[in-house]
Amino acid sequence: MTQTRARAWIYIPLMFLALFYLVPMFVMLDTGFKSFDEVSLRTMWDLPKSLAFDNFVAAWEALSPNVMNSFKIVVPAAILSASLGSINGFVLAKWKFKGANVVFPLLLFGMFIPYQSILIPLVEFMQSVGLSGSIPGLILTHIIYGIPITTLIFRNYFATVPEDLIEAAKIDGAGIWSTYLRVLLPLSIPAFVVVLIWQFTAAWNDFLFAVVLTDNTNWPVTVALNNMAGSQIIAWNVQMAGSFLAALPTLLVYIFLGRYFIRGMMSGALKE
Amino acid sequence: MTVAVKESRRRKRFRFDKDKAIGLALVTPSILAVMVFVYGFIAWTLRVSLSAWKGLLPDYTFVGLDNFRQLASDPRFHIDVRNTVIFTVVFVGGCLIVGLGTALLLDQGIRAEGFFRSLYLFPMAISFIVTGVVWRWLMNPAQGDRISGLNLLFDKLGLDFLVNTWHATPGWGIAFVAIPAIWQMSGYTMALYLAGLRGVPEALREAARVDGATELQVYRKVVLPLIRPVTLSALIILGHISLKVFDLIVAMAGKQVQLDVPAIYMWTTTFDGFFFGRGAAIGIVLLVSVAVLVVPYLAYTLRQESGQ
Repeated sequence: MTQTRARAWIYIPLMFLALFYLVPMFVMLDTGFKSFDEVSLRTMWDLPKSLAFDNFVAAWEALSPNVMNSFKIVVPAAILSASLGSINGFVLAKWKFKGANVVFPLLLFGMFIPYQSILIPLVEFMQSVGLSGSIPGLILTHIIYGIPITTLIFRNYFATVPEDLIEAAKIDGAGIWSTYLRVLLPLSIPAFVVVLIWQFTAAWNDFLFAVVLTDNTNWPVTVALNNMAGSQIIAWNVQMAGSFLAALPTLLVYIFLGRYFIRGMMSGALKE
Repeated sequence: MTVAVKESRRRKRFRFDKDKAIGLALVTPSILAVMVFVYGFIAWTLRVSLSAWKGLLPDYTFVGLDNFRQLASDPRFHIDVRNTVIFTVVFVGGCLIVGLGTALLLDQGIRAEGFFRSLYLFPMAISFIVTGVVWRWLMNPAQGDRISGLNLLFDKLGLDFLVNTWHATPGWGIAFVAIPAIWQMSGYTMALYLAGLRGVPEALREAARVDGATELQVYRKVVLPLIRPVTLSALIILGHISLKVFDLIVAMAGKQVQLDVPAIYMWTTTFDGFFFGRGAAIGIVLLVSVAVLVVPYLAYTLRQESGQ
């Protein structure tokens, strides 16, 4: 009896916490669905009287080229990152070469560095190879600085694959390459999903690299949204709708593939 | 030893070496890329930080530690350091308290646990830019006729004492910037704690209960001491995020000096002001502060892993 009563009150703080996490979401949607006539800072907490899409249409008109840019950057970056990470993780987990225990920590530290400490050389490098301002330059950046985390996730995953499976493949005469392609790659689909989602989200949400490396025609949505928010011309209600549009792709990924997203997140803390 | 065995052994060793060579060839491009783009570039930044480079064209004239000395007496950098300290204390403290509290609540075997967990975690999927843009309006400091955002909500709910100037508060604005950051990262902290709590064997709790411990004592004497390592991990992960905080503040406040932090100073002084030497010096200071926090953690984690 006391047990059940003790449990009932627990839902009160849980509901308050839920409100705290939902407030920004409520404001984005509540404002987004109001008509232009109805929008006013004074009534921002009132529900819309009828569903309108004025704000979303205006936000989409302003941001759609940048949303497209984001996809052009993020999709190739995620796929290439995952492929590279898979190969690296496999080799580091299964074939321990001399110096692997020096290389691995050095690799890992790369995912914690503040990128301000490599930004000047990166910009100089991109200028010297003619990729400055472009989308390919930003893709390359995401791939390179994604190597540590993607390698780590795959290495931890492959470390759990039993040695016997690889031995069996070896006895069947498979070399390292065919062992990887025929045995480990098919097994590592879950790790692929984790890494794809992680890189997709990280690259979609990136601001620092994009603001420094791309020019305004190639801006992804984060940079464009930030610019929109800083301008006096575009009203706050359109900014709210724009924020929702910018958040939507990663939110959908989270809603449908949350389990994998959380796994990627935990490995960022070097935890399983 | 027969010839056949010797033969097969030699073959095996040959095979093995060939595999090793392929393996090495497969990882080498990535390792080289990291060596160049992380460590090579850090060395390059270090060189810039010791140079007189000011303006659009590179100038590698060696000036020793001049840039670092200037930073040490730069009033704007003093603001940055103070802001970083305040932000870190509020942000890390807030995340730990909210994260642990939520994890303990969710660990009570409640119904719909998965629903609440997903709800508390979703801000992690959103960019700091979106968070910043939305909270900038929620934390609109205007009062009186132009009241809006959370101030308006508090006013309507009769919670007037909560109405305040948020991140426009002189001197302490940065503490309020930590609120959206807590909103975004406390769910993550909760997930770390929840994983830790699930790792505590039920048998241990049961044993304590059999010994007559109350539910509160079970937590205080058994569970909490066992999840102390989680607090350490969370402290380090959150601490290094707070040293690097950048986009959230840019989205909320633009380039206001009042809410400046080293990561923003580096960006504006380098790419708006072309003070490359100074920008590089800030980059190095940031790197060293992150390294002081993360390197011991990495060493500890990897040693633990290899010890298993």
